[in-house]
Amino acid sequence: MTVRATHELHRRRLGRNAGIGLALALFALLVFGLTIVKLARGGMIEGFDHSLRPGLAERAEPGG
Amino acid sequence: MSEAGTSEIAPAPAAEPGLGDYVLLLKPRVMSLVVFTAAVGLFVAPGHLHPLEAVAAILFIALGAGAAGALNMWWDADIDALMRRTRLRPVPAGRVAPGEALAVGLGLAGLAVMMLGLAANWVAAGLLAFTIFFYAVVYTMWLKRSTPQNIVIGGAAGAFPPVIGWAAATGTMPLEAWAMFALVFLWTPPQCWALALFTRSDYADARVPMLTVTHGRRAARAHVLAYTIVLALVSLAIAALPIGGPVYLAAALILNARFLRGAWRVWRRDEAAAEADRHAAERGFFRLSLLYLFLHFGAILAQRLAGPLVAGSWG
Repeated sequence: MTVRATHELHRRRLGRNAGIGLALALFALLVFGLTIVKLARGGMIEGFDHSLRPGLAERAEPGG
Repeated sequence: MSEAGTSEIAPAPAAEPGLGDYVLLLKPRVMSLVVFTAAVGLFVAPGHLHPLEAVAAILFIALGAGAAGALNMWWDADIDALMRRTRLRPVPAGRVAPGEALAVGLGLAGLAVMMLGLAANWVAAGLLAFTIFFYAVVYTMWLKRSTPQNIVIGGAAGAFPPVIGWAAATGTMPLEAWAMFALVFLWTPPQCWALALFTRSDYADARVPMLTVTHGRRAARAHVLAYTIVLALVSLAIAALPIGGPVYLAAALILNARFLRGAWRVWRRDEAAAEADRHAAERGFFRLSLLYLFLHFGAILAQRLAGPLVAGSWG
């Protein structure tokens, strides 16, 4: 029977990988939260909306 | 023979870094100061950031500061190895490879600037990019090893965070933001010179031209007092700005009286007296300097919170 004791090296790697994984998960969560905040405000949407929106077209008509 | 997970594996190499080594690479103590001053700059500014945007902005400013710290450790590994205070840092101790420190620094710098631009605005992001460049290139690569004014000019890098915080909230950089910059900028030299006075031969061993090495310890003591006097004047002048007021002035008066007293004690001592009590006055002044800056920014914050009750800038 093989003794499969976890080596200190692997414990250190596990800790490092878990920490980086947690940091990435928190980062993804933060980006998601920021996206919701920005979308809720709506400021960035019109600037990057490539489709013709009837609301905008109607507003543009009176001035030519 | 050396299958992963078995007890037959050879001892871990000293170079295998743990998560803590990467955290140390980002200079967490410096980061705590950056977070606090940037948060105060952001909070007292008349901006309208969503709380999540504000948290993200502070986080990315801190990350930018950490990136600058990693770049500093990459470049300075040779002299860090010679100084007792720094020789256990991850790169000189051999736990993180220099190239890895460089990659972490560059990667996090790019990420922090990009994300601050997206979370807040590009004025703040541009200023963060400039701050990282200033600390990593102007201070670390150029000034630190070439002039005794290294810490005076290089101190600007540590003074930018409250301006970045303000810019993140408003997209502008008015006089009040630069007043907070001046506070940190003038605070840095006496703090660093006090440290140089009691770390003794560290800077000389590493051939870093600190004032204590190039002009002698007497000159460094005189500079500590001179900068503290100018700092006190600037600190009191801030009371007249819109971010100041009676709450701030009361705190500034007490803090500056204590700081000036500490600087006076450092100035009037000779080396024999300093050696006799193992630099107690210099160590005390250094500790006080940390409290001084923290409480100063705390007072600016308190003034803002007390604004409706105790008129900011005297109503």
